[in-house]
Amino acid sequence: MLLQSSLASPAIGTVFWTTLIFLILLFLLWKFAWGPIMKAVTAREDMIHNALDSAEKAREEMKVLQADNEIILRKAREERDKILRDARVAYERMMTEAKEKSQSESDALVRRAKELIEREKVTAITEVKREVARLAIEVASKVVAETLKSDAEQQKLIERYINEIEANRN
Amino acid sequence: MTISLKTRYLYVLLLILGLMAGTVPALSSGSGEEDKKSHGNDDEFDASSFIMEHVADSHEWHILTKKDSSEVAVYLPVIIYDKASGLHIFSSRLLAHGHSHLGYAIAHEGSYAGKIVRVDKEGHHDGTKPPLDFSITKAIFGMFVAALILLWLMIAMARSYKKTGISAPRGLQGFFEPIILFVRDDIAIPNIGEHKYSKYMPYLLTVFFFILVNNLLGLVPVFPFGANVTGNVNVTFVLALFTFLITQISGNRSHWRHVFAAPGVPVWLLPIMIPIEVIGLFSKPFALMIRLFANITAGHIIVLSLVSLIFIFKSVAVAPVSIFFVLFMYCIELLVAFLQAYVFTLLSALFIGMATAEAEHH
Repeated sequence: MLLQSSLASPAIGTVFWTTLIFLILLFLLWKFAWGPIMKAVTAREDMIHNALDSAEKAREEMKVLQADNEIILRKAREERDKILRDARVAYERMMTEAKEKSQSESDALVRRAKELIEREKVTAITEVKREVARLAIEVASKVVAETLKSDAEQQKLIERYINEIEANRN
Repeated sequence: MTISLKTRYLYVLLLILGLMAGTVPALSSGSGEEDKKSHGNDDEFDASSFIMEHVADSHEWHILTKKDSSEVAVYLPVIIYDKASGLHIFSSRLLAHGHSHLGYAIAHEGSYAGKIVRVDKEGHHDGTKPPLDFSITKAIFGMFVAALILLWLMIAMARSYKKTGISAPRGLQGFFEPIILFVRDDIAIPNIGEHKYSKYMPYLLTVFFFILVNNLLGLVPVFPFGANVTGNVNVTFVLALFTFLITQISGNRSHWRHVFAAPGVPVWLLPIMIPIEVIGLFSKPFALMIRLFANITAGHIIVLSLVSLIFIFKSVAVAPVSIFFVLFMYCIELLVAFLQAYVFTLLSALFIGMATAEAEHH
């Protein structure tokens, strides 16, 4: 029954019109609908894709930048530490140097003073000796004035003795 | 070939569903014959002819019959080409109620029932071959309406892309874009492949939406919708023919080698294999044609049968039950409308993909 009825019977007109309508529809939709729609959809997909890509890239860059910052910060910290350490070293060295210098200066001063004192002492002693000698001579000359013909000879003799004594002492 | 496991399961499932649905018209046609046997007097409601009248194509669009048995109908143009007398265009009103015009009438019985045939003076078919009938029938009119709606929707959508530029989809775009992307991402790309699919997208999209819109409009029972377009075997024949032609034209060397010298098949088997493969070329689109036609027609027949129950039992009490089942069927038909559009497009893409696949190295 189904095959006898017009349900399943071939109809050239239907085939003709369907072909015509479908081809026209295909052409019009292709040109005016699918083309623009697919283009717009693809463009949007590309845009979203690019946006995601660039976001990812920015994040990567941020990470790199952060790492850079970290490095710079660490370097700065190291620099600071080094400067501080250097400063302490320099300070200590300077302190030591200053101490040494002052020590040596004071030592030198003391030594010079001692030397001066020694020299003064020697001079004084010499002076005293000379004075004593002169006094002794004076006394002695007075005592032995008669026994000695000239003063100069006497004086020369006395000085030679004194010098001998001096030389012996040294 | 790149068919995911999911697609393959889906294909098998749909095949089973399709086969199940395909058995329905056979059942309902069986009950129709019983009806025919039992009908004796004219008062008896003839469910079979009632259903056929609604499902089959016709030259007039019957809307309702008034109580005084006058009819409200839209008479569509008849266009016939006769080798002897040339082209004739006239309204089908002139052929209504068995009238004849210019020696043509609609045959009511015999092998040309429902077709325009040449008649003799008494109004009987003169036995000659019928003229070529290019009339705008119900199905063709419905198809025109569907095509215009589809064009309007899609061009409006394409326009809105141009207007808004690249932005989030909304309105028409929000509804159709996921479907278009579904056709692209789940039908075209997995079956045809990333590199070749774009060439076939316009065809796949057109065939998908053409079937979908016609399926859906076929469910709307008001003029100018409700014509049984995708349940017309001539329409599905043309659609399957397009898939067949596209498949064969884009078939590459390995496709033809598979048909005429299947790799790995011993030479003595080729005389058997080649006819089988050649039949296979045609049976695939043939299955496409029958599947769509049978599913849609079956759905319409079931709905109409359920409505007929009211008149067969001649009882208003049956109406609530009938209406409940009709509503239930409508829900299934809504699903089937999408499903069959999907299946047709999926299988078309699959056949094209198979024909264009690069040779596998064994």
